[in-house]
Amino acid sequence: MKMTTLPNSLRARLLLPLAGEGGPTKRGRMRALEASPNVAHSHAFSLEWERARAFRSAAIAALLLASPAHAFTAYVSNEKGNSVTVIDTDKMEAIKTVKVGRRPRGIEISKDNSEVYICAGDDDTIQVLDTKTLKITGNLPSGPDPELMILSPDGKTVYVSNENDNLVTMIDTKTKRRIGDVPVGVEPEGMAVSPDGRILVNTSETTNMAHLIDTQTKQIIANVLVDARPRFAAFKPDASELWVSSEIGGTVAIIDPQSHKVTQKIRFEIPGLSKEAIQPIGIAFTNDGKRAFVALGPANRVAVIDTATKKIEKYLLVGQRVWHLAFTPDEKYLLTANGVSNDISIVEAASLKVLKSIPVGAFPWGIAVATK
Amino acid sequence: MIKRCVIGVSVAAILSILPAAAEPLRMKFGVLRQQHSSETLSILDLPAEDDTLAGALIGVADDNTTGRFTGQSYEAIDEKLAPGDDAVAAAQKLLDQGAVAILADLPADDLLHVADTLKSRETLLFNVSATDERLREADCRANVIHVAPTRSMLTDGLAQYLVWKQWRRWLIIKGSHPQDELLAAAYRASAKKFGAKIVDERVYVDTEGGRRSDSGSVQTQRLIPPLTQGANYDVLIAADESEVFGNYLPYRTFDPRPVVGSAGLVPTSWDASHEQWGAVQLQNRFRAQFHRGMNARDHQAWIAARMIGEAVTRASSADPKTLAAYLTGPDFNIAAFKGVRLSLRPWNLQLRQPILLGDGRMIVSVSPQDGFLHQTSELDTLGVDKPETKCRLK
Repeated sequence: MKMTTLPNSLRARLLLPLAGEGGPTKRGRMRALEASPNVAHSHAFSLEWERARAFRSAAIAALLLASPAHAFTAYVSNEKGNSVTVIDTDKMEAIKTVKVGRRPRGIEISKDNSEVYICAGDDDTIQVLDTKTLKITGNLPSGPDPELMILSPDGKTVYVSNENDNLVTMIDTKTKRRIGDVPVGVEPEGMAVSPDGRILVNTSETTNMAHLIDTQTKQIIANVLVDARPRFAAFKPDASELWVSSEIGGTVAIIDPQSHKVTQKIRFEIPGLSKEAIQPIGIAFTNDGKRAFVALGPANRVAVIDTATKKIEKYLLVGQRVWHLAFTPDEKYLLTANGVSNDISIVEAASLKVLKSIPVGAFPWGIAVATK
Repeated sequence: MIKRCVIGVSVAAILSILPAAAEPLRMKFGVLRQQHSSETLSILDLPAEDDTLAGALIGVADDNTTGRFTGQSYEAIDEKLAPGDDAVAAAQKLLDQGAVAILADLPADDLLHVADTLKSRETLLFNVSATDERLREADCRANVIHVAPTRSMLTDGLAQYLVWKQWRRWLIIKGSHPQDELLAAAYRASAKKFGAKIVDERVYVDTEGGRRSDSGSVQTQRLIPPLTQGANYDVLIAADESEVFGNYLPYRTFDPRPVVGSAGLVPTSWDASHEQWGAVQLQNRFRAQFHRGMNARDHQAWIAARMIGEAVTRASSADPKTLAAYLTGPDFNIAAFKGVRLSLRPWNLQLRQPILLGDGRMIVSVSPQDGFLHQTSELDTLGVDKPETKCRLK
């Protein structure tokens, strides 16, 4: 993206959440803004300052360029390291490790790229990390043991699954206040929101259901039974399908969001691996919705799925016990958090080649990518 | 404050039941449990008043949370036997109260009596404590599902780890009770199966004393070295199901050697220290409600209650025949915080499961170990496998 030619009007628009973004488009453990790097800063600054800063950084960037046009930063939550590893995806290396709360898992980027939200499960809170200073600036009031969360498409609300009290909590990201709770099944985990923001989905691991929740009325509108231990949910970018992965059941259920019925189940078979070892978890769709990537846990592989035929095109060998996935915003790379091998794998999306692994902290779990 | 929150949640929970079916499906099952011996070497292992039952009740609570969304409700009826009570009469009492399944924490003979008496009534029995091989082999029954692992699953789980560690020379010290001999036999079979060598087998005779005394350690310290000397071994295996001597062995052996089996590194289906694969969630729920750790019997009862819940939900029925068909069919599997799906061995209705190896404070390892392969499921490297089974279900 040529920053120097970016009109102010477009920049202004990019400061706001884009329509449809935040839905499944950049789904992984995150969504990231398709914005130029120079707009990634806090709303707290004045517009004049922003403009001046934008022009200054744009000028610097123009001097340094035209080499890598995008500068992205990946944030990896290390479940046992009580830390977040910050990775420069251009240099493909870790640039910093930030100490955070205990048992960090779910990780999300605010729509303006200024903040990282981190579920610190054992501290019963969500921490807010400033992307500029890499300092913890505050907390969001989750319930006990928050595990995963998702932002509403407009960025105003964060929806959190609290494993310990069978609740989904809704938090206003601006006021940082709790604005609602929805009782769900036992051990709520996976969270998804429809691209129009109306339907929130939570999966409960021991109840084995996907609960579809109306975000306006905060009421459950449907409960869909899936296979054992559902851990992750994602809407296809066009909202036509809801995908739910079942870790122990070993399947991905395709749910029709209109009829609330399971229309199909994707099963995985890898020669030489027992069926127990194949445990689907994280799901990431490409922007155009044509491909889905599914992390298979202790099978140490990511399945590449043609979403039209639901056929598995390829299995990519990554690190051990692969949990969650995230694309870089330009969709050039898919990053995978590998829990047991303490690294992330970088997959080139076009060639489906695993390029590199980058060591991170202890037991990496969640991953999110922001524009710098 | 806490109470108010709980009430708030449950009111909200009731309000959110909207999509549930109008006519609730009610499911009652019994918990038929024996009084476990309080003759334990460590006071930490004294059985709680609600032993086994507590696990079933957590399972019922989990089932009812699901039931809120599916229009089903679950209830457990407790029937605790005093020594000498008639298990068959107690089982019939449970059926009279409307139980369609029974979680049985019974000795093998009692379990068989109950199973044979209830055969005509199509009640499903879940064995949640007896590890006896014969219940899954020559004495197997078509109406008994075994959630508890067998002795051979436990000893194979430990043996795989010992072989992985290259601790292949075993000294066995077994108790003088018949079940200790059964356990020692299971270790012999495991040694043969995985290529370990038993260098010697010694017996610790139960002199029927009590377990408590104010100066017990002094005598024990002098007693154990002579019992364990004069053998060339890597690891000492205690085969002591009656809690007579197992926990006396660690740190007291003549040679400095690790102790495994009934003390030291113990193979078990569950331990209160297990926290991997989300287990900490279940441990937290359990401790919050019962103020103690969850033991293997509690967990086996929890699994049985969840199996009932799964079957009722998936089959949309509370009919024992339909439930049995689902549970013994190819589609059944269940998550139990042990890293992989658990399923039933169709030839003897034994639940396949990983075996935890722990010292009571930490889980050291979980079997099956890497590299022990099997054509259908690595879990079937633990215990008696299909080609060797003597079970003909009837």
